Amino acid sequence: MEPRKTPLYDRHVKLGGKMVEFAGFLMPVQYGGIVEEHRAVRRSAGVFDVSHMGEFTVSGDRALEYLNAVTTNDVAALEPFQVQYSAMLNDEGGVIDDLVLYRRDSDYLLVVNAANTARDFEWLSGRLHEGVELKNISDAIGQIAVQGPQAEGIVAPLAADDISGLGYYNSMNSSVAGVPCLLSRTGYTGEDGFEIYADAARTGEIWDAVLASDAGPVPCGLGARDTLRLEMAFRLHGSDMDETTTPLEAGLGWIVKMDKGDFTGRDVLARQREEGLKRRLVGLMTQTRRFPRPGFKVRAGDEEVGAVTSGGFSPSLECGIALAYVARPHAKKTSDFSIDVRGEKVEAEYVKGPFYKEASHK
Amino acid sequence: MQVPEELHYTKDHEWLRVEGDTAVVGITDYAQSQLGDIVYVELPQVGDEVAASKPFGTVEAVKAVSDIISPVSGEVTEVNDDIAAAPEKIKESPYGDGWLIKIKMSDAGEVDALLKAADYKGIIA
Repeated sequence: MEPRKTPLYDRHVKLGGKMVEFAGFLMPVQYGGIVEEHRAVRRSAGVFDVSHMGEFTVSGDRALEYLNAVTTNDVAALEPFQVQYSAMLNDEGGVIDDLVLYRRDSDYLLVVNAANTARDFEWLSGRLHEGVELKNISDAIGQIAVQGPQAEGIVAPLAADDISGLGYYNSMNSSVAGVPCLLSRTGYTGEDGFEIYADAARTGEIWDAVLASDAGPVPCGLGARDTLRLEMAFRLHGSDMDETTTPLEAGLGWIVKMDKGDFTGRDVLARQREEGLKRRLVGLMTQTRRFPRPGFKVRAGDEEVGAVTSGGFSPSLECGIALAYVARPHAKKTSDFSIDVRGEKVEAEYVKGPFYKEASHK
Repeated sequence: MQVPEELHYTKDHEWLRVEGDTAVVGITDYAQSQLGDIVYVELPQVGDEVAASKPFGTVEAVKAVSDIISPVSGEVTEVNDDIAAAPEKIKESPYGDGWLIKIKMSDAGEVDALLKAADYKGIIA
């Protein structure tokens, strides 16, 4: 099947984007260079095309009940236009996808990973409650992310409404560069910034206006998107969790609200809590520029205890960073970790939370 | 794409400059541009033996790892120690400050088997 183009494809090519196929779309992996783009986001601002992501709307009288039954976080806790990170589990407690869920005025908006859009829609359709309407609007929507300490300075002059009071993980309807959109103070980089959803046909106008901004945000590709999220220890579905791992094993217990009532996969998680986990995703950091890649084996002392799921070079810390599943008894700070990097045993230390500690998100 | 006329090249994108009986070796401008951000370079030590067409180290970029293949055989007499702390020199000056190792050639005749600039340009065109 031919890969698809986002509304911004021609612009990426014109900007010198190195195009690659990702999740069925042609996306820029980099323009000037991954490290350069990464640093721009940490220091000033970068702009990303994230139009490949999937978007669904859920509406109807029983929408809240339905969403609470198919996701792990508590949808009832959302104030109007508030946003939450969540997950959809299968009956075995495995993660079908992680997602971001928006409560709007007359519906809910779900934003899912591009690679899982079709699978997620099929799953949600199969579990639909009566009186609930589920729509896949992915093709009609384009999305741009502006991320970095200067993001507000770039978006505010272009927005019709005052965005200075928009809090982290909150959203609002407005327009940017005259284009009606949904704006949220969210992102996948750890920096302050905005994700902007608009009509696919008009997304280009927003992109052009943002790039023309005096602050000169740098166009950033998927390569920098990955190095930025890994520095924050943000999980990537397909690498760090999938349908064979539970959110508890993946260290996402904080988005699981066991007390909200029943939801798909809850009984498996309850059992895991009672019996104890067998493995746990941990963060590991090396002292050298020698960096781990996915699949590399992890040792505690002389014993092989796990493998890297996401690994790479941290441009901010100039060392190797990784997430890895490790057998539970060894998933702690005092373990003597090392990672096998193509035959060399590289020492690694256990890191809790983000590797990069100075991110600017509000 | 820089391809200095006076250098010799391999099909694996290494370059070689002859200085008497010593060869200075690095990777080409084309190689570094294909790899992207180079983060780490693994090089041999002074005194190590290298063999023509065999790898002597690796270049690690954010998205890929590549072996560095030796153009000639001999003994490593010098290693560019600046590269460890500043691998970006390979991008900035692949044929100058970005040099990697110097080899005392055991058989200078091996240089004749390498590509001339014009032939190398043909490969990367």
